[in-house]
Amino acid sequence: MSEVAPKELRIVGFLCNWCSYGGADTAGVGRFKQPTDLRIIRVPCSGRVDPMFVVRALITGADGVLVSGCHPRDCHYSDGNFYARRRLEMLKRLLPFLGIDDKRFHYTWVSASEGAKWQQVVTDFTKQVHALGPMHQK
Amino acid sequence: MSTQKLKEIIKQVLPDVETVICWQEGFDKLNVTPIFITSPEQADKVVWNALCAQNLASYLPSQKKKVAVAVKGCDSRTIVQYMQEGLIDRNNVVIIGIPCKGVISKKKVQKAIGNEPVEDVTFTDGSVKVKTPSGEKTFAIADVCPSKCTSCQFPTPIVYDQLTADAIQSDKPAESVYADVAELEGKTLEERRAYFLSQFDKCIRCYACRNACPMCVCQDSCIAETRDPHWITQKLSLDEKLMFHMIHALHLAGRCVECGECERVCPMEIPVAKLKKKINKEMKELFDYTPGVNPEDKPPMYTFNVDEAKIKEHKL
Repeated sequence: MSEVAPKELRIVGFLCNWCSYGGADTAGVGRFKQPTDLRIIRVPCSGRVDPMFVVRALITGADGVLVSGCHPRDCHYSDGNFYARRRLEMLKRLLPFLGIDDKRFHYTWVSASEGAKWQQVVTDFTKQVHALGPMHQK
Repeated sequence: MSTQKLKEIIKQVLPDVETVICWQEGFDKLNVTPIFITSPEQADKVVWNALCAQNLASYLPSQKKKVAVAVKGCDSRTIVQYMQEGLIDRNNVVIIGIPCKGVISKKKVQKAIGNEPVEDVTFTDGSVKVKTPSGEKTFAIADVCPSKCTSCQFPTPIVYDQLTADAIQSDKPAESVYADVAELEGKTLEERRAYFLSQFDKCIRCYACRNACPMCVCQDSCIAETRDPHWITQKLSLDEKLMFHMIHALHLAGRCVECGECERVCPMEIPVAKLKKKINKEMKELFDYTPGVNPEDKPPMYTFNVDEAKIKEHKL
Protein backbone atom coordinates (compact mmCIF):
# COMPACT_ATOMS: atom_id res chain seq x y z
CA MET A 1 0.00 0.00 0.00
CA SER A 2 1.04 3.55 -0.51
CA GLU A 3 1.95 5.68 2.50
CA VAL A 4 -0.92 6.44 4.87
CA ALA A 5 -1.57 10.08 5.73
CA PRO A 6 -0.84 10.78 9.43
CA LYS A 7 -3.84 11.22 11.68
CA GLU A 8 -5.22 14.71 11.54
CA LEU A 9 -4.71 16.95 14.56
CA ARG A 10 -6.89 19.77 15.78
CA ILE A 11 -5.44 23.22 15.18
CA VAL A 12 -7.49 26.34 15.87
CA GLY A 13 -6.80 29.49 13.91
CA PHE A 14 -7.98 32.96 14.96
CA LEU A 15 -7.88 35.13 11.84
CA CYS A 16 -8.61 38.80 11.56
CA ASN A 17 -11.40 39.61 9.15
CA TRP A 18 -9.51 42.24 7.15
CA CYS A 19 -6.12 40.71 6.36
CA SER A 20 -5.47 37.11 7.31
CA TYR A 21 -8.97 35.85 6.56
CA GLY A 22 -8.67 37.51 3.19
CA GLY A 23 -5.20 35.98 2.81
CA ALA A 24 -6.62 32.52 3.49
CA ASP A 25 -9.31 33.26 0.92
CA THR A 26 -6.71 34.31 -1.63
CA ALA A 27 -4.85 31.05 -1.00
CA GLY A 28 -8.09 29.16 -1.54
CA VAL A 29 -8.99 31.00 -4.72
CA GLY A 30 -5.46 30.42 -5.98
CA ARG A 31 -5.95 26.68 -5.28
CA PHE A 32 -2.84 26.46 -3.14
CA LYS A 33 -2.62 23.04 -1.49
CA GLN A 34 -2.80 23.26 2.31
CA PRO A 35 -3.04 20.80 5.20
CA THR A 36 -6.59 20.36 6.49
CA ASP A 37 -5.89 20.30 10.25
CA LEU A 38 -6.67 23.98 10.72
CA ARG A 39 -10.15 25.14 11.82
CA ILE A 40 -10.52 28.83 11.23
CA ILE A 41 -12.41 31.19 13.52
CA ARG A 42 -12.93 34.64 12.05
CA VAL A 43 -12.52 37.56 14.45
CA PRO A 44 -12.99 41.26 13.68
CA CYS A 45 -9.38 42.10 14.54
CA SER A 46 -6.37 40.38 16.11
CA GLY A 47 -6.92 42.85 18.97
CA ARG A 48 -10.12 40.92 19.67
CA VAL A 49 -8.10 37.81 20.51
CA ASP A 50 -8.07 37.54 24.28
CA PRO A 51 -5.13 35.34 25.40
CA MET A 52 -7.85 33.42 27.24
CA PHE A 53 -9.17 32.22 23.84
CA VAL A 54 -5.85 30.52 23.20
CA VAL A 55 -5.60 29.02 26.68
CA ARG A 56 -9.20 27.79 26.56
CA ALA A 57 -8.61 26.13 23.19
CA LEU A 58 -5.42 24.44 24.36
CA ILE A 59 -6.94 23.21 27.63
CA THR A 60 -10.16 21.91 26.10
CA GLY A 61 -8.71 19.86 23.28
CA ALA A 62 -6.80 21.78 20.61
CA ASP A 63 -3.30 20.56 19.76
CA GLY A 64 -2.17 23.91 18.44
CA VAL A 65 -3.38 27.49 18.12
CA LEU A 66 -2.50 29.96 15.39
CA VAL A 67 -3.32 33.65 15.59
CA SER A 68 -2.91 35.84 12.53
CA GLY A 69 -3.67 39.48 11.89
CA CYS A 70 -2.74 42.42 9.71
CA HIS A 71 0.88 43.47 9.56
CA PRO A 72 1.81 46.04 12.22
CA ARG A 73 0.95 49.55 10.92
CA ASP A 74 -1.64 47.98 8.55
CA CYS A 75 -4.42 47.33 11.06
CA HIS A 76 -7.90 48.14 9.73
CA TYR A 77 -8.63 49.77 13.12
CA SER A 78 -5.17 51.42 13.20
CA ASP A 79 -3.90 50.02 16.51
CA GLY A 80 -5.64 46.70 17.29
CA ASN A 81 -2.70 44.53 16.35
CA PHE A 82 -0.25 46.64 18.39
CA TYR A 83 -2.15 45.66 21.54
CA ALA A 84 -2.44 42.10 20.29
CA ARG A 85 1.31 41.89 19.77
CA ARG A 86 2.00 42.71 23.44
CA ARG A 87 -0.64 40.32 24.77
CA LEU A 88 0.32 37.43 22.54
CA GLU A 89 4.02 37.87 23.25
CA MET A 90 3.24 37.75 26.98
CA LEU A 91 1.27 34.55 26.45
CA LYS A 92 3.98 33.03 24.28
CA ARG A 93 6.41 33.48 27.17
CA LEU A 94 3.99 32.27 29.85
CA LEU A 95 2.90 29.00 28.22
CA PRO A 96 6.24 27.16 28.50
CA PHE A 97 6.45 28.18 32.17
CA LEU A 98 3.20 26.33 32.71
CA GLY A 99 4.57 23.29 30.92
CA ILE A 100 2.85 23.80 27.56
CA ASP A 101 5.30 23.75 24.66
CA ASP A 102 5.28 27.22 23.08
CA LYS A 103 5.66 25.55 19.67
CA ARG A 104 1.95 24.73 19.92
CA PHE A 105 1.14 28.43 19.78
CA HIS A 106 2.15 30.79 17.02
CA TYR A 107 1.17 34.31 16.10
CA THR A 108 1.99 35.98 12.82
CA TRP A 109 0.92 38.67 10.36
CA VAL A 110 -0.46 37.85 6.89
CA SER A 111 -2.09 40.37 4.57
CA ALA A 112 -5.03 39.72 2.23
CA SER A 113 -2.79 39.57 -0.84
CA GLU A 114 -0.31 37.10 0.64
CA GLY A 115 -1.98 33.84 -0.41
CA ALA A 116 1.35 32.11 -0.89
CA LYS A 117 2.61 33.25 2.49
CA TRP A 118 -0.57 31.94 4.10
CA GLN A 119 -0.02 28.56 2.50
CA GLN A 120 3.52 28.56 3.87
CA VAL A 121 2.41 29.52 7.40
CA VAL A 122 -0.28 26.83 7.56
CA THR A 123 1.99 24.15 6.16
CA ASP A 124 4.91 24.97 8.46
CA PHE A 125 2.80 25.36 11.60
CA THR A 126 0.91 22.12 10.94
CA LYS A 127 4.23 20.36 10.44
CA GLN A 128 5.52 21.82 13.70
CA VAL A 129 2.47 20.67 15.67
CA HIS A 130 2.59 17.22 14.06
CA ALA A 131 6.20 16.88 15.20
CA LEU A 132 4.99 17.34 18.79
CA GLY A 133 2.04 14.98 18.35
CA PRO A 134 -1.34 15.19 20.08
CA MET A 135 -1.47 17.26 23.24
CA HIS A 136 -4.22 15.34 24.98
CA GLN A 137 -3.87 11.60 25.44
CA LYS A 138 -7.05 9.73 24.75
CA MET B 1 6.79 52.75 70.14
CA SER B 2 5.77 52.84 66.53
CA THR B 3 2.23 51.92 67.62
CA GLN B 4 2.08 55.00 69.83
CA LYS B 5 3.12 57.23 66.94
CA LEU B 6 0.54 55.51 64.72
CA LYS B 7 -2.25 56.26 67.21
CA GLU B 8 -1.15 59.89 67.41
CA ILE B 9 -1.20 60.24 63.64
CA ILE B 10 -4.64 58.62 63.43
CA LYS B 11 -6.07 61.06 65.99
CA GLN B 12 -4.46 63.92 64.09
CA VAL B 13 -5.86 62.99 60.64
CA LEU B 14 -9.28 61.77 61.82
CA PRO B 15 -11.04 65.18 61.66
CA ASP B 16 -10.21 65.48 57.94
CA VAL B 17 -11.40 62.05 56.84
CA GLU B 18 -14.49 59.86 57.04
CA THR B 19 -12.72 56.69 58.16
CA VAL B 20 -9.25 55.52 59.08
CA ILE B 21 -8.51 51.95 58.05
CA CYS B 22 -6.01 50.20 60.32
CA TRP B 23 -5.44 46.92 62.21
CA GLN B 24 -6.74 45.80 65.61
CA GLU B 25 -6.35 42.65 67.67
CA GLY B 26 -8.47 39.76 66.44
CA PHE B 27 -10.22 36.95 68.32
CA ASP B 28 -6.93 35.81 69.84
CA LYS B 29 -3.40 37.09 70.21
CA LEU B 30 -2.22 35.51 66.95
CA ASN B 31 -4.89 37.17 64.84
CA VAL B 32 -5.14 40.72 63.65
CA THR B 33 -8.20 42.08 61.89
CA PRO B 34 -9.03 45.38 60.13
CA ILE B 35 -10.65 48.22 62.02
CA PHE B 36 -12.56 51.12 60.47
CA ILE B 37 -12.06 54.06 62.81
CA THR B 38 -14.61 56.84 62.90
CA SER B 39 -14.12 58.24 66.42
CA PRO B 40 -10.97 59.15 68.40
CA GLU B 41 -11.69 56.57 71.17
CA GLN B 42 -11.45 53.74 68.64
CA ALA B 43 -7.92 54.81 67.81
CA ASP B 44 -6.71 53.24 71.06
CA LYS B 45 -7.65 49.77 69.81
CA VAL B 46 -5.13 50.03 66.98
CA VAL B 47 -2.18 47.66 66.90
CA TRP B 48 0.92 47.55 64.77
CA ASN B 49 3.16 44.49 64.90
CA ALA B 50 4.52 41.78 62.65
CA LEU B 51 1.10 40.09 62.52
CA CYS B 52 -0.36 42.96 60.47
CA ALA B 53 0.09 41.14 57.18
CA GLN B 54 -3.22 42.05 55.57
CA ASN B 55 -3.08 44.55 52.73
CA LEU B 56 -5.53 47.28 53.79
CA ALA B 57 -5.08 49.25 50.57
CA SER B 58 -7.48 46.72 48.96
CA TYR B 59 -10.40 48.58 50.54
CA LEU B 60 -9.65 51.85 48.76
CA PRO B 61 -11.43 51.50 45.36
CA SER B 62 -14.76 50.81 47.11
CA GLN B 63 -14.54 53.88 49.38
CA LYS B 64 -16.77 56.75 48.34
CA LYS B 65 -15.48 59.43 50.73
CA LYS B 66 -12.10 60.63 51.89
CA VAL B 67 -10.32 57.97 53.95
CA ALA B 68 -6.97 57.40 55.59
CA VAL B 69 -5.24 54.05 55.39
CA ALA B 70 -2.25 52.50 57.13
CA VAL B 71 0.12 50.79 54.70
CA LYS B 72 3.37 48.87 54.80
CA GLY B 73 5.92 49.22 52.01
CA CYS B 74 4.50 46.33 49.98
CA ASP B 75 0.92 47.60 50.42
CA SER B 76 1.89 51.03 49.10
CA ARG B 77 2.61 49.47 45.69
CA THR B 78 -1.09 48.62 45.52
CA ILE B 79 -1.93 52.31 45.94
CA VAL B 80 0.56 53.32 43.25
CA GLN B 81 -0.99 50.78 40.88
CA TYR B 82 -4.49 52.09 41.66
CA MET B 83 -3.23 55.57 40.79
CA GLN B 84 -1.75 54.33 37.50
CA GLU B 85 -5.05 52.73 36.54
CA GLY B 86 -7.19 55.64 37.72
CA LEU B 87 -9.03 53.52 40.29
CA ILE B 88 -8.61 56.00 43.14
CA ASP B 89 -8.31 59.74 43.50
CA ARG B 90 -5.08 60.50 45.36
CA ASN B 91 -6.67 63.64 46.86
CA ASN B 92 -9.23 61.46 48.62
CA VAL B 93 -6.70 59.23 50.36
CA VAL B 94 -4.45 60.03 53.30
CA ILE B 95 -1.66 57.47 53.40
CA ILE B 96 -0.10 56.62 56.75
CA GLY B 97 3.13 54.87 55.86
CA ILE B 98 4.72 52.33 58.17
CA PRO B 99 8.32 51.23 57.55
CA CYS B 100 8.23 47.45 58.00
CA LYS B 101 10.98 44.92 58.69
CA GLY B 102 8.93 41.88 57.76
CA VAL B 103 5.64 40.30 58.77
CA ILE B 104 4.72 36.85 60.04
CA SER B 105 2.99 34.10 58.16
CA LYS B 106 0.34 32.94 60.63
CA LYS B 107 0.19 29.54 58.94
CA LYS B 108 3.89 28.93 59.48
CA VAL B 109 3.63 29.77 63.19
CA GLN B 110 0.56 27.59 63.64
CA LYS B 111 2.33 24.69 61.98
CA ALA B 112 5.38 25.16 64.21
CA ILE B 113 3.29 25.12 67.40
CA GLY B 114 1.21 22.14 66.27
CA ASN B 115 -2.00 24.19 65.94
CA GLU B 116 -2.32 24.58 69.70
CA PRO B 117 -4.43 27.41 71.11
CA VAL B 118 -2.41 30.57 71.59
CA GLU B 119 -2.39 32.25 75.00
CA ASP B 120 -0.04 35.12 74.37
CA VAL B 121 2.22 36.56 71.70
CA THR B 122 5.01 38.99 72.50
CA PHE B 123 7.44 40.72 70.18
CA THR B 124 11.03 41.62 70.75
CA ASP B 125 13.28 43.10 68.09
CA GLY B 126 13.38 40.60 65.21
CA SER B 127 11.72 37.72 67.03
CA VAL B 128 8.34 36.60 68.29
CA LYS B 129 7.50 34.57 71.43
CA VAL B 130 4.34 32.45 71.29
CA LYS B 131 2.85 31.05 74.51
CA THR B 132 0.68 27.92 74.31
CA PRO B 133 -0.66 25.55 77.04
CA SER B 134 2.36 23.30 76.52
CA GLY B 135 4.99 26.02 76.86
CA GLU B 136 6.66 28.93 75.10
CA LYS B 137 8.37 28.99 71.74
CA THR B 138 10.47 31.75 70.22
CA PHE B 139 10.84 32.24 66.48
CA ALA B 140 12.98 34.64 64.51
CA ILE B 141 10.65 36.65 62.27
CA ALA B 142 12.93 35.86 59.33
CA ASP B 143 12.13 32.14 59.84
CA VAL B 144 8.34 32.48 59.87
CA CYS B 145 7.86 35.29 57.35
CA PRO B 146 5.99 34.84 54.05
CA SER B 147 8.24 34.40 51.02
CA LYS B 148 7.62 37.99 49.84
CA CYS B 149 9.52 39.34 52.85
CA THR B 150 12.66 37.36 52.06
CA SER B 151 13.14 39.45 48.90
CA CYS B 152 11.46 42.71 49.97
CA GLN B 153 12.65 45.69 47.93
CA PHE B 154 10.36 48.30 49.45
CA PRO B 155 10.37 48.17 53.28
CA THR B 156 9.35 51.85 53.33
CA PRO B 157 6.16 52.91 51.51
CA ILE B 158 6.69 54.45 48.07
CA VAL B 159 3.91 57.02 48.56
CA TYR B 160 2.82 58.39 51.92
CA ASP B 161 1.58 61.53 53.64
CA GLN B 162 2.80 60.66 57.12
CA LEU B 163 5.45 58.22 58.25
CA THR B 164 5.35 56.51 61.66
CA ALA B 165 9.09 55.91 61.91
CA ASP B 166 12.32 56.64 60.09
CA ALA B 167 12.53 55.27 56.55
CA ILE B 168 14.56 52.07 56.14
CA GLN B 169 16.40 50.80 53.10
CA SER B 170 16.13 47.30 51.65
CA ASP B 171 19.07 45.03 52.40
CA LYS B 172 17.93 42.29 50.00
CA PRO B 173 19.51 41.94 46.55
CA ALA B 174 17.22 42.85 43.62
CA GLU B 175 17.92 39.49 41.94
CA SER B 176 16.32 37.61 44.83
CA VAL B 177 12.81 38.82 43.83
CA TYR B 178 12.48 36.36 40.95
CA ALA B 179 14.77 33.65 42.32
CA ASP B 180 11.90 31.17 42.73
CA VAL B 181 10.70 31.79 39.18
CA ALA B 182 14.23 31.36 37.84
CA GLU B 183 14.56 28.08 39.71
CA LEU B 184 11.42 26.72 38.03
CA GLU B 185 12.61 27.97 34.66
CA GLY B 186 15.69 25.81 35.10
CA LYS B 187 13.56 22.67 35.11
CA THR B 188 12.31 20.79 32.06
CA LEU B 189 8.95 21.39 30.43
CA GLU B 190 7.56 18.11 31.78
CA GLU B 191 8.73 18.83 35.32
CA ARG B 192 7.09 22.23 35.29
CA ARG B 193 3.88 20.80 33.88
CA ALA B 194 3.78 18.10 36.56
CA TYR B 195 4.54 20.70 39.25
CA PHE B 196 1.77 23.09 38.27
CA LEU B 197 -0.81 20.39 37.64
CA SER B 198 -0.17 18.83 41.05
CA GLN B 199 -0.38 22.24 42.72
CA PHE B 200 -3.56 23.36 40.95
CA ASP B 201 -5.13 19.95 41.55
CA LYS B 202 -5.31 20.91 45.24
CA CYS B 203 -7.49 23.92 44.41
CA ILE B 204 -10.99 23.77 45.91
CA ARG B 205 -12.10 26.80 43.89
CA CYS B 206 -13.09 28.82 46.93
CA TYR B 207 -11.88 31.90 44.99
CA ALA B 208 -10.33 33.31 48.17
CA CYS B 209 -7.25 34.32 46.14
CA ARG B 210 -9.42 36.39 43.85
CA ASN B 211 -11.45 37.91 46.69
CA ALA B 212 -8.31 38.93 48.56
CA CYS B 213 -6.48 40.21 45.49
CA PRO B 214 -6.28 44.02 45.55
CA MET B 215 -6.04 44.20 41.75
CA CYS B 216 -9.09 41.95 41.14
CA VAL B 217 -11.39 44.94 40.97
CA CYS B 218 -14.17 43.27 38.96
CA GLN B 219 -15.19 41.17 41.99
CA ASP B 220 -18.92 40.42 41.55
CA SER B 221 -18.74 40.58 37.77
CA CYS B 222 -15.68 38.31 37.55
CA ILE B 223 -15.88 36.13 34.44
CA ALA B 224 -15.15 33.06 36.57
CA GLU B 225 -18.74 33.25 37.75
CA THR B 226 -20.73 34.85 34.96
CA ARG B 227 -23.07 32.67 32.89
CA ASP B 228 -22.65 34.84 29.85
CA PRO B 229 -19.87 34.44 28.83
CA HIS B 230 -19.59 31.05 30.47
CA TRP B 231 -15.83 30.64 30.73
CA ILE B 232 -15.71 27.93 33.35
CA THR B 233 -18.28 25.46 34.58
CA GLN B 234 -19.02 24.03 38.00
CA LYS B 235 -17.49 20.72 36.94
CA LEU B 236 -14.91 19.43 39.40
CA SER B 237 -11.96 18.85 37.12
CA LEU B 238 -8.35 19.85 36.81
CA ASP B 239 -9.08 21.61 33.52
CA GLU B 240 -11.53 23.98 35.20
CA LYS B 241 -9.15 24.66 38.07
CA LEU B 242 -6.33 25.41 35.66
CA MET B 243 -8.66 27.61 33.67
CA PHE B 244 -9.55 29.65 36.76
CA HIS B 245 -5.91 30.22 37.64
CA MET B 246 -5.18 31.25 34.06
CA ILE B 247 -8.02 33.80 34.23
CA HIS B 248 -6.51 35.21 37.40
CA ALA B 249 -2.98 35.30 36.00
CA LEU B 250 -3.85 36.74 32.58
CA HIS B 251 -6.13 39.43 33.99
CA LEU B 252 -3.26 40.50 36.25
CA ALA B 253 -0.70 40.55 33.43
CA GLY B 254 1.60 43.47 34.20
CA ARG B 255 -0.61 44.57 37.10
CA CYS B 256 0.28 42.19 39.96
CA VAL B 257 1.95 44.17 42.76
CA GLU B 258 3.24 41.01 44.48
CA CYS B 259 1.61 41.77 47.82
CA GLY B 260 1.21 38.04 48.43
CA GLU B 261 -2.41 38.24 49.57
CA CYS B 262 -3.45 35.37 47.28
CA GLU B 263 -0.94 33.00 48.85
CA ARG B 264 -1.68 34.23 52.37
CA VAL B 265 -5.39 33.41 52.12
CA CYS B 266 -5.14 30.16 50.13
CA PRO B 267 -6.44 27.37 52.38
CA MET B 268 -4.69 24.72 50.25
CA GLU B 269 -1.28 26.42 50.23
CA ILE B 270 -1.08 26.64 46.45
CA PRO B 271 1.73 28.93 45.16
CA VAL B 272 -0.88 31.08 43.42
CA ALA B 273 1.46 34.02 42.81
CA LYS B 274 4.05 32.08 40.78
CA LEU B 275 2.36 32.56 37.39
CA LYS B 276 1.92 36.28 38.06
CA LYS B 277 5.51 36.68 39.12
CA LYS B 278 6.62 34.98 35.92
CA ILE B 279 4.59 37.48 33.88
CA ASN B 280 6.05 40.35 35.91
CA LYS B 281 9.54 39.05 35.20
CA GLU B 282 8.79 39.08 31.47
CA MET B 283 7.27 42.58 31.70
CA LYS B 284 10.47 43.77 33.32
CA GLU B 285 12.50 42.23 30.53
CA LEU B 286 10.27 43.34 27.63
CA PHE B 287 9.12 46.77 28.73
CA ASP B 288 11.36 47.56 31.72
CA TYR B 289 8.20 47.88 33.79
CA THR B 290 7.62 46.99 37.44
CA PRO B 291 4.02 47.26 38.66
CA GLY B 292 3.23 49.68 41.47
CA VAL B 293 6.48 51.61 41.62
CA ASN B 294 6.00 54.84 39.69
CA PRO B 295 2.57 56.57 39.67
CA GLU B 296 3.41 58.17 36.30
CA ASP B 297 3.92 54.81 34.51
CA LYS B 298 1.30 53.19 32.34
CA PRO B 299 0.65 49.42 32.68
CA PRO B 300 2.24 47.72 29.63
CA MET B 301 -0.96 46.03 28.46
CA TYR B 302 -2.78 49.39 28.36
CA THR B 303 -0.45 50.86 25.80
CA PHE B 304 1.92 50.00 22.93
CA ASN B 305 4.86 51.18 20.88
CA VAL B 306 4.63 51.16 17.12
CA ASP B 307 8.11 49.67 17.00
CA GLU B 308 8.62 47.27 19.88
CA ALA B 309 12.32 47.12 20.63
CA LYS B 310 12.29 43.76 22.36
CA ILE B 311 9.51 41.83 20.59
CA LYS B 312 10.94 39.91 17.66
CA GLU B 313 8.83 38.18 15.05
CA HIS B 314 8.70 34.44 15.64
CA LYS B 315 9.84 32.14 12.87
CA LEU B 316 8.25 28.77 12.21
